[in-house]
Amino acid sequence: MDVIVFLTFALTAVVCAANMILQRHPISSAISLIGVMGSLAVLYLLLGAEFLAAVQVIVYAGAIMVLFVFVIMLLNAEAEQKTGQSLVARYVGIPALLVFLALLGLLIRALAPASRQVVFGGFTGGTPLAVGRTLFTEYLLPFEVTSILILVAILGAIVLARKEAD
Amino acid sequence: MTGVPVSWYLMLSVVLFGLGAAGFLIRRNIITVFMSIELMLNAVNLAFIAFAYELKQVDGHLFAFFVIVVAAAEAAVGLAIILAVFRKRGTLQIDEIDSLKN
Repeated sequence: MDVIVFLTFALTAVVCAANMILQRHPISSAISLIGVMGSLAVLYLLLGAEFLAAVQVIVYAGAIMVLFVFVIMLLNAEAEQKTGQSLVARYVGIPALLVFLALLGLLIRALAPASRQVVFGGFTGGTPLAVGRTLFTEYLLPFEVTSILILVAILGAIVLARKEAD
Repeated sequence: MTGVPVSWYLMLSVVLFGLGAAGFLIRRNIITVFMSIELMLNAVNLAFIAFAYELKQVDGHLFAFFVIVVAAAEAAVGLAIILAVFRKRGTLQIDEIDSLKN
């Protein structure tokens, strides 16, 4: 059962991600990215991260992607045109990326213990209670710093997106 | 006990990260490039949570939570920058935004 759920949603995530980078229109890409985030939320649930599965759906798929779709609609973005530029990215970046990913894959094969199986309910430490308790004791300082970061980000976004007064 | 090895989750994370990085390199629309970055952040989150399961510790969840928070802040600022760029230049093609080149 776990295998079926994992394979279903892993495949959905990969297909949606591939569709995202193949589509020429930003709206299609955004919808595909929402698909990736939804399937990842199910996988988080499978890994026992209940709180993060909810946060993933509410914050990522809900808030951040709505912001993206809103900006795409606002700017009336059309499908991108083909340009022959940035050959360096294509002919140096992609092989370098493939080498990097191959190394990472080999590393995981060599180091990750394949013995431990992920079964649903195998780890129950990801409840809102456990996450909140750790967040407000051990990680209290990072949490407070994050609130300042968000405040700065809000101010920055307002200043940047404001129409110039002149 | 029929389950999936943790390494499968890590492999999925690698694949998603690779797709995000590839999109970052080959896409020419500034919004799609930005969405590729979000995809890479999601892949990293999956790795964090897989390791949290492997080590039976909640700390990985907290890291993923902070990544989500930072991604939200980044999305707000990034989209504001995109708005400002579009207003100044009227384009979303990153090849045409090259005033720092040469």
